[in-house]
Amino acid sequence: MTVWLVRRVFQAAFVVLLMTLIVFVGLHAIGNPIDILIGQDVDQVDRARIIAQLGLDQPLWKQYVSFLLSAMHGDLGVSFVYNVPAIQLILQRLPATLELAVSALLLALLVGVPLGLFAGLKPHNPLARMLMTGSIVGFSLPTFWVGLMLIMIFSVKLGWLPSSGRGATASLFGVQWSWLTLDGWRHLILPALNLSLFKVSLVLRLTSAGVREIVPQEHVKFARAKGLSTTRVVLGHVLRNTLIPLITVIGLEFGSTIAFAVVTESVFSWPGAGKLILDSINALDRPVIVSYLIVVVCLFVSLNLVVDVLYKFLDPRVRLEGVQ
Amino acid sequence: MTAPLQTAAAVPTLSAAVQSPWRRLARDFVRSPTALIGLVAAVLLVLAAIFAPFITPQNPYDLLQFDVLDARLPPGSLNGAGTHTYWFGTDGQGRDLYSAMLYGLRLSLSVGVGSALIAGVLGTVFGLIAAYAGGRVDSLIMRLVDLLLAFPSILVAMLLLAFLGKSVSNVVLTLVLIEWAYYARTARAQALIEARREYVEAARCLAIPHWRIVLVHMLPNCLPPLIVVGTLQVARAITLEATLSFLGLGVPVTEPSLGLLIANGYQTMLSGQYWISVYPGLALLAVLVAINLVGDRLRELLNPRFVK
Repeated sequence: MTVWLVRRVFQAAFVVLLMTLIVFVGLHAIGNPIDILIGQDVDQVDRARIIAQLGLDQPLWKQYVSFLLSAMHGDLGVSFVYNVPAIQLILQRLPATLELAVSALLLALLVGVPLGLFAGLKPHNPLARMLMTGSIVGFSLPTFWVGLMLIMIFSVKLGWLPSSGRGATASLFGVQWSWLTLDGWRHLILPALNLSLFKVSLVLRLTSAGVREIVPQEHVKFARAKGLSTTRVVLGHVLRNTLIPLITVIGLEFGSTIAFAVVTESVFSWPGAGKLILDSINALDRPVIVSYLIVVVCLFVSLNLVVDVLYKFLDPRVRLEGVQ
Repeated sequence: MTAPLQTAAAVPTLSAAVQSPWRRLARDFVRSPTALIGLVAAVLLVLAAIFAPFITPQNPYDLLQFDVLDARLPPGSLNGAGTHTYWFGTDGQGRDLYSAMLYGLRLSLSVGVGSALIAGVLGTVFGLIAAYAGGRVDSLIMRLVDLLLAFPSILVAMLLLAFLGKSVSNVVLTLVLIEWAYYARTARAQALIEARREYVEAARCLAIPHWRIVLVHMLPNCLPPLIVVGTLQVARAITLEATLSFLGLGVPVTEPSLGLLIANGYQTMLSGQYWISVYPGLALLAVLVAINLVGDRLRELLNPRFVK
């Protein structure tokens, strides 16, 4: 187990390293930062001096090593647009995105698991069939369009909820959170709903498929034969076994939720990291793009690692396979 | 696990004498009414997109054919000259929204289907190579696939397009670069199962060249899961293209796809001019739901795990 864990951590570190290499080389292959940084009226002597000062006259591998060294000290360059350290910008905006992504995932679980349980237990019920077809529609709906429709119905026509921004926030542990104020909640509902729609369909289908696979198994029959109430059989024996694959998928989906938050954030003008990266891409603000990528890659890789480890602990069958 | 797979693959071969597997598939497919509705809708939408120039009053890409004085007219109003009615209203440039929608649909569908086909061919070839060659080639290709699939498609697409620049061909290129990995993984998985079959061994014993074994003997048997992936990937590609265009990274402004039309309407939506966003959105939704319904049914029928 320990050997496996150590090997797995090294693997994760290697992926991060590989990604920094790809990002670094990719960015250098695509354009020359000197043209952006130095004005056209600078003479040859000054030009050479600035290039040397920035270290851009060094061979690519030397530049990469110095990039890695400063990255390890948390220095990923200064934003061209905002003129502050890029990593600071990302970390400032990240809580808003995390807040949105976590709310969306929780919402997906709260809605998707009960509905999926129902659809899985009574697969021939007309309502359950409608749910399963409905989930295909949920998969098909483009996130951005649903966001627009939510704004049109709830903000423009009914005027119930605000259409943009994060609203009032309150500070906790030095970070601003919308969760802590009523106004923040009002601002959070529509974006969270928008981002969760796809995940609701996913959770619904996964739960229902899991339940249908587990119900005919021996241990469920045995629990029934033992005279346990239906509630206990469903909650204690069926749902519990469905949750293992569900947790894995949700853990992995968290990363993609953060990435897809770009769309929701741009529809609802949510001041998160996704909105920042979109603006930076349009302004070709390289340090911010690189920092965002590195932060997201680290996040993904550590999430994958945590999910893998959790999975081993939760499912004894996987654990046994590792031993043999 | 292996037992149901073998029986499932054996079924089409046994019934081949009586009925071709394709006919059998068609017969089973129409048993589901929702899937049939999806198929009919998809066919109608594809026909509408192909014949768009013949069934629309104007060409929305030709600046001479529309008048900015007609901008943002509500659905059902007459054009300035009084010759035809704007059934779905007009957009901010005075384009007839119905024409713009059909041309947008044409663009969205060709990008989606085109990228899915190119990615399908490339991915299948790489997947088959990985499965047949094995060893180092296999692990090299599959690590690349893993790396690509570990990142959300939208993120990879955004970055690629930011550097490549806006154009229809760049969107297709980006979609192909992202999508081939799905086909490669599916093709490899299926090919690994097929490679262990007796007919492949028999072909090897006859000293048939490798490329012929892979393309003529194995490929046709790997097709069913690839068709399923292909159908669902068309829908995914269309969604991704629409999303990228909505974010302003996809197709250029002069050739609006459905996603860009929706984005244009977004600016006027808050003042109550809903139609510019809503109708293209409904068209996009119709395409996606239709394709997904078909794909879901195909998966039910072609996935060996569901076959009894």
